[in-house]
Amino acid sequence: MPDINWSQQLLNGLFAGSAYALFAVGYTLIFGVLDILNLAHQAIYMLGAFCALVLVTGNVAGLGPLPGGMQLPFWLATLLAMLVAGLLGILLDRLAFAPLRKRPDTHFSGMISSIAVALIFEALATWLFLPQRSQFPAGTIRPGAVTLGQGALSYSRVLVIVAALVLVVLLTVLLRFTKLGKAIRAVAENPKAARLLGINVEAIYSFSFFLSSALGGAAGIFYGLAVSRLDPTMGRSVELKGLAVIILGGMGSVPGAVLGGYLLGLTEVLSVALTNTSNYRDAIAFVLLFLILVLRPSGLLGARRVREA
Amino acid sequence: MLEVTDLRVAYGQIEAVKGVSFRVPEGSIVTLVGANGAGKTTTLAAISGLLRPRAGAITFDGRELTRLGTHTITRLGVVQVPEGRDILATMTILENLELGAYGRRDRDAVRRDIARMLERFPILGQRRGLAAGSLSGGEQQMLAIARGLMARPKVFLLDEPSMGLAPQLVREVFRIVAELRAEGQTILLVEQNARKALAISDYAYVMESGRITLEGRGADLLTNDAMVSAYLGGIVIDAPPVVDPGPT
Ligand SMILES: Nc1ncnc2c1ncn2[C@@H]1O[C@H](COP(=O)(O)OP(=O)(O)O)[C@@H](O)[C@H]1O
Ligand SMILES: [Mg+2]
Repeated sequence: MPDINWSQQLLNGLFAGSAYALFAVGYTLIFGVLDILNLAHQAIYMLGAFCALVLVTGNVAGLGPLPGGMQLPFWLATLLAMLVAGLLGILLDRLAFAPLRKRPDTHFSGMISSIAVALIFEALATWLFLPQRSQFPAGTIRPGAVTLGQGALSYSRVLVIVAALVLVVLLTVLLRFTKLGKAIRAVAENPKAARLLGINVEAIYSFSFFLSSALGGAAGIFYGLAVSRLDPTMGRSVELKGLAVIILGGMGSVPGAVLGGYLLGLTEVLSVALTNTSNYRDAIAFVLLFLILVLRPSGLLGARRVREA
Repeated sequence: MLEVTDLRVAYGQIEAVKGVSFRVPEGSIVTLVGANGAGKTTTLAAISGLLRPRAGAITFDGRELTRLGTHTITRLGVVQVPEGRDILATMTILENLELGAYGRRDRDAVRRDIARMLERFPILGQRRGLAAGSLSGGEQQMLAIARGLMARPKVFLLDEPSMGLAPQLVREVFRIVAELRAEGQTILLVEQNARKALAISDYAYVMESGRITLEGRGADLLTNDAMVSAYLGGIVIDAPPVVDPGPT
């Protein structure tokens, strides 16, 4: 049995879990509202990160400095990049999903066309930002670390945890208590009923894509900053994990995605700590996923969302 | 105020509504009766913009509805409580009522209307914080009607509000509809329970395989020979009904 630094493992697990949760809440939101799997969520995540990088450095790797050479503080760049990611989400919906909405095979065809859009976004990113790794410049945020017992976590990683908490709370408040949030839940449950109540369902779809993609963009920005690594395929590694997380939590459930995210993050970290190697990390995590699904086929909090037909 | 002219609606190649015309004057209850599959629900779906008609006109206060989206039609005041109720089961009773007023901007009046609904339908008042899915069928129907009223409908479309309910709840539903009429609410009612519907209607149309085959004042149809033999079970009108036709 290796000598384990438990507080360090806890911090690592919270960091990984927060990153997964932040990616997954937007992913599961679109499934909850539209019953579709948006396989371009990972590409929005990547473009959000690059967008913030461009605003911070005032430079596009493949094209050169922006005219005017403006460089924004990280927090402002993050807000603007989330806005851009959100708008890209609306564009994605118009391109990949809206034209297929009335087709009987819309779930499947939309999945395929979202893969196409993801590839287009990746190609665009490769052209604009070059295929190699980029990173936020040193000093983007204050260097340093938070310590907890024997453990320490850099500020940039703590920021992922804080951002996930803040954004998930904001999203939950929006969905629970605002008129817009109630309309989103109504559309998620029964689009025909929502229409008859006077809700513009197409507008709610657009707004859901905006929200989901702004959150996805934020996930990419904070994770990219924390691990100092941005590249045009960075979304691919999180995509499958994100899918596992939302299945684990219950497809369409926002609290489920948060729970699933932390469960996956902590399991991964724990498996590395216990086996002293990362070779079995994914295997252990997915065996856990499998076991939970055997016991609860609709996921941890997904009781109501077993697909009818 | 609501006028449907030569309406045709099809599902693919199959025409379910084959040239239907009727009017719902302000302040009256007009009923569409007819057997299962006659095309009543399809007609209401076309009025609410859920289905695009193949031909014909639907005007409300002189305004053509056939090109408008469902949410716009609802906001104009043509409000439908659909067959099967479509309450939002995972949301609370209060949230369902709030969403009924989705298109309204007068927040204070909405709050007052909610209070009034909870009073008018005491069963909803007692359970306002619970998920609407926990209500019984009859209670869900009350919620669906209350939610529809929250939009302050100018024309209230009710599709088989008594469907699937136990006899005393059927009576309760008809009592509420009659009450609304007394308050001056304009209503287009769709019912299979022809006897009870005709009794509270100002005017009624009988639909049969996509066409209107008979029309007249509610009271007149109750004693119409063709009507009695086809839809009223051949029972003389002033004898007590033997059984409620009820759900199948
Ligand atoms: N979604 C649908 N697709 C195809 N045919 C339908 C659909 N809904 C109803 N129909 C058909 O249209 C006709 C009218 O149905 P409907 O309007 O529901 O009648 P009613 O409400 O009077 O019982 C029926 O023959 C029914 O089978
Ligand atoms: Mg019907």
